[in-house]
Order: sequence, then structure tokens, then C-alpha cells
Amino acid sequence: MTALATGTNEYLEDFARLERREGGNPAWLAPTRKAAISRFAEMGFPTMRDEDWRFTNVAPIAGAVFRRAEPAAPGLEDIRPFLLGATARNRIVFVNGHFAPALSLAARGPDGIGLMSLRRLLGEAPDALAAHLTRYADYRRHAFTALNTAFFEDGAFVRIPAGQVVEGPIHLLFFSVPGAEPTVSHPRVLIVAEPGSRATFVETYAGLGDGVYFTNAVTELVAGEGSVVDHYRVQQESEQAFHIGMTRLHQHRSSNLASHALNLGGGLVRSEVHAVLDGEGCDCLLNGLFVLRGDQHTDNHLRVEHARPHGNSREAYRGILDGRSRGVFTGRIVVHKGAQKTDAKQTNMNLLLSDAAQIDSRPQLEIFADDVKCTHGATVGQVDEDAIFYLRSRGIGVEAARSLLVYAFAAEAIRHVKIAALRERLRALLLARLPYGHLLEELA
Amino acid sequence: MTAPILEIRNLHAGVDGHEILKGIDLTVRAGEVHSIMGPNGSGKSTLAQVLAGRETYQVTAGEVRYQGKDLLAMKPEERACEGVFLAFQYPVEIAGVRTSYFLKTALNAVRRYRGLEPLDAVEFLAKVKDRMKLVDMDERLLNRAVNEGFSGGEKKRNEILQMAVLEPKLAILDETDSGLDIDALRIVADGVNRMRGPDRAILVVTHYQRLLNYIVPDRVHVLVDGRIVRSGGKELARELEERGYAGVEGQPAGAPAVGV
Repeated sequence: MTALATGTNEYLEDFARLERREGGNPAWLAPTRKAAISRFAEMGFPTMRDEDWRFTNVAPIAGAVFRRAEPAAPGLEDIRPFLLGATARNRIVFVNGHFAPALSLAARGPDGIGLMSLRRLLGEAPDALAAHLTRYADYRRHAFTALNTAFFEDGAFVRIPAGQVVEGPIHLLFFSVPGAEPTVSHPRVLIVAEPGSRATFVETYAGLGDGVYFTNAVTELVAGEGSVVDHYRVQQESEQAFHIGMTRLHQHRSSNLASHALNLGGGLVRSEVHAVLDGEGCDCLLNGLFVLRGDQHTDNHLRVEHARPHGNSREAYRGILDGRSRGVFTGRIVVHKGAQKTDAKQTNMNLLLSDAAQIDSRPQLEIFADDVKCTHGATVGQVDEDAIFYLRSRGIGVEAARSLLVYAFAAEAIRHVKIAALRERLRALLLARLPYGHLLEELA
Repeated sequence: MTAPILEIRNLHAGVDGHEILKGIDLTVRAGEVHSIMGPNGSGKSTLAQVLAGRETYQVTAGEVRYQGKDLLAMKPEERACEGVFLAFQYPVEIAGVRTSYFLKTALNAVRRYRGLEPLDAVEFLAKVKDRMKLVDMDERLLNRAVNEGFSGGEKKRNEILQMAVLEPKLAILDETDSGLDIDALRIVADGVNRMRGPDRAILVVTHYQRLLNYIVPDRVHVLVDGRIVRSGGKELARELEERGYAGVEGQPAGAPAVGV
């Protein structure tokens, strides 16, 4: 091996320490972890010279020293604002990357599903995970996924047995409690929806208190043949936090998957979704909303791979950018050879609320089949002045009018959220974040 | 004679140094319906927009008093709260905002300004449903986004509905007849007629006399090239219909009124 890439030393030393420990590292996983860390050593952190990272500078992450986060013990009252009410009968909570059983909840009876801590399962019955865990998210091409694969200690495993219909959302929550020094956690999620099952999953990533920390999360979700899966990822990290999130979706024949990325928090955020339609007749909806202010930076990086014929994908991302915030949208659609009758559509609409805010939006199409329909479109605009005047001419003040139009723009993305409690919560969060949002009290 | 609601004196306005209104004088009193007629490009819509407070237009001279107050000093929303209403020629579509929410927000903004308690959801719905009958509007439109996917007729009815809900003192109807078939025109005109009353003034801006068969004005003013060149009674509208605007162009402003 040649000289190590900069910023990687700490991680390599840490990995060496971790490897000497027992547990959480079954025989089939150990070589993968080792391969991941050596791949990370080769690649190093990405730079802005990498095409995929052209608009996002991760030097603040590469240059910082993060300690592995220690367990912390917030109470139920601390996390209640993030919960989804009585309908969410299955809930698993992690704090600083560690399973918090006292805050978690598992339904009994007909809603009983496989929901548990990865760490526990890796210790007790690791072979149950061997077929899926680390098999989808590609650590060879992604430095942060490599780091997560090498380091993850805990996370959530959910299995929906074949044919089972689960009512109510299954909620996975990852809290960070910032300490005196910057900390890092590598949460890992594996969701397996077996053939013919139906379920709804919500992942929440949030900071409890302000401070610098780094969340490097990887989710692998497998939608079995004919399954119907709704997936939500709500990111509300502290505005000083770094958040790198990789969501790897793998769809089998005739599965129907909707994945919603709602990015509201974080200082430097990369929100990545990589969907592979690996069976005929898959339906895939990727819906996104990012709402930025101050100096927030959020990079939405999407890759939809149509690997089989008759696949249908829709990507609809909306961004609202205020202050000096910076947004990126990259949407790549790859249609493999033989994936005929693919129908792929991508839209990215952005609303800039200040002159200093900036968005870079780029569609990328790679098409290797000849009978396909692929469309894309992006817009960047300000609030419509004609509409503002119309509202003002009806007695609505200029601030409320502006706020209402921004809210309405975002509401188009929230409309697709099927969980009433989550929709209401997102509406409230949005109103709290919008300038003059409090003026829209009639919305309540 | 009743008190004047609107007094316009020597109003000059335009866009980016290009003058469109070149000295308008007009007084409208409570209980009266006036019509402003004129050919395309004469400044009719500009006058309507200036009165509603559209900032695209700059007022360069003159004054406008509304119930004795300086209208031009007020923001558009203040004018609305004070009781000025403009029915738009081209109502704006607002994606993501439900019509019911829009109406309730507007009504309660106006009520608060007037020192009245905001209406709760039940009171509001009772009121709006009552007013919808006035323009024969489908209640389902309340759940749709404002004007989005509305037909031309539905948009214009929605404007009159808003007028009926907000109960203005001065209503300005800008080309409300454009794009309406005869049935829709009758419905809209009936709605406006039912809004006529001793405390309210209505200004009907229109290119064609057609609407004035249904909303019969007390006074008709002919606007040509930014000036009122002739004023008269309702007969003037018919005369214009027969002889066209060419017949009145070039006549001095303040020419003797016909009839009344």
C-alpha cells in the first residue's frame, strides 16, 4: 500500500483497536469489515475533484478528530417530541449509536415482527443476517459507506415475514447527545420486507442539544417480490452537526417502494439514496424535501438503477433555501441494457428565499436500453410576485403572504406523507422554520 | 347626495417612465355603480391595479381619497382591510393553498383589522357556504387549490365569492365578463347585483357593453388614452356599443353628460 490518504490515520488506528475486541464480528462479517477499512485507506475521503462530490467539501469531516460516542441516557420526555403517537406500536431507539431498550417498544400479538438491535443479533444469531447485511451498500465505491461498514457496532434490524401486513409505522430513532468533544456514530439499519409483505418505516435522525458531532449512517432496505413498502427518513440533526446518510434500496419483482427523504437539520449534510430495481415491474417513488437556512449545506445525491424491464421510477425533490445556505441535487438515472419499457421521471424544484442562497441541480442520464422513457426537469425560482399581490389584495399581510406561498411549495412534498402524525409534525416543523411561519395560524 | 367613497383627482401613473394614466378625475359615491369603458390599452386595467395598490405601477401625480383617507399611502393589504376589493381580470393560481384556507385567512385578517373576532371553522364554513349560493359555486371547489384547474367561469365566480365573503365598501371588477359564456355571465352579474347596496360603491371596468345589460350602471365613463373623455348615464354604454369608441375619441374630457 502506498502513502495513506490524509485524514484517514485516526480511523485506521481505531479499527485496529476494534478488531482486537471479541463479539459483534462473526466470521462472515470480519473479512468484509477488513476489506472495507482497506478500501477506505486506499480511497481516503472524497475531495471536490471527485465528480460525485464536486459541490460538497467534506474537508471539515476529514480534518476533524472525532471520538467514538459514549452511551448517554436521555429520558422518554426528551424524545417525546420526535415520536409518532399511539399508532407507532413498534419503536427502536438508539442514543449515540447504542441501543436504548428502555426507550424502545415492541408490539406483541399480530403486529409482532422481527425488530431488534443489530449488536444483540450479531452476538446471538449472526447467521440470520448473513444473507443481507453489508450485501447491498457498496463500500468499494464510497468512503463513508466503507467507514460505516468497518465500524458499525449497533443499529436496527427489521424483518417483515412473508405476506405479513403491519399496521402503523415502525419507527427507528437515532439520537445524538453532543458532548464536550466532537463524537462520531455509525448507525446501521437493515430492513428486510419479505415477499408479499406490507409495512411502513420511519427513520429519524436527531440531535438532542447543540454541538458538533458526526453521524455516518447506512441503511439497507430490501423490498421482496410483491411487497409494498413506505419508507421515511427524517433528518433533524443539530445545525452544527455533520450528517452523511446512505440509503440503499433494493427492489425485487413487482415490489412497490416509496422512500421519502426529509432533510431539515444538520450543518453539512449528504443525503444519498441509491435504488436498484432488480426485478421486473418495480415501482419506485423517491420524494424529497430539504429546507435550509443560515449556513446549512445539503447535498442530495440520488441514483436510480433500472436493472430489469418494465420498471417505473419517479423522483420528486423540492428545496427551499434561505440565508447563505447551499443546496445540491444530483439525480442519476441508469437504465441497464435489457431494462426495456423503463419509465423514469425526475423533477427537482427549488425556491430561493435570499440572494445569497445557492442551488446546483444536475440530472444525469445513462441509458443502455433503446425502448425507454426518461424525462427530467429542474426549476429554480423565487416566490411568485403575482401570487403575493393577489394574497395582499385580499387583506393578507405581505410577510404572511410570502410565508404562505413558501409553505404551500413545501406542502406539495409533505402531501405525499401517508402517516397523519408525521405529516402534522412536519407541517409544524416547517412553520417553525419558515420566516413569519407563526403568521399562518389559520393552518392549525 | 351620499358621501363619496372614492375621489380620484388628476391621477397620473405609469410603468418605468411610460405614462399610462394621464390625469383621471372621478368621484364614486356610496350606493352607486359606475362603469369605466374603453378600448384596449386605454388604461382601464392600470386604473384598477393602481387602486388596489399594485407596486408595478408608479403614481407620478394626483391623489386618491377613499372614504376621506389617502388611499395611495396604504399598502395593498391595508386597502383590502379598509374595504377595497379588486376582482382580478386574471385570477392567480396558487398551488398548494386550499381555497377554503385562503378565504378563511383573508376573512380573518380583514376581521381582525376591523376589530372583529376571527371566525372559527364552523362559523366560517356556514358563512362561505351561504355566499357560494350567490354565485352558484360547487362546494367541492373549497377543497381545491386556489384557482388551480378552475375553468374560466369558475375563476370569475371565485372572485365574486371572495367579494361576497369580504364585503367590501368599494368593489372594482376588472373585465369580469371576459371569458364567460352567457349563462356564467348571468350568474356572475346576479351575484354582483345582490351585492349592490346603499353603503357600497362598485366600479365595473369593461371593454364590452354586454356585462352592463346585466349590471346596470348609474354612470358610465369612457377612458381613452389614459383620460376620461366622456361621462354619462347608462345610455352611453349602448351608444358606444352601436358607434364604437372611434366616435368618442378626441372629445374633450368633461363633455356634457348624456341623460340622467
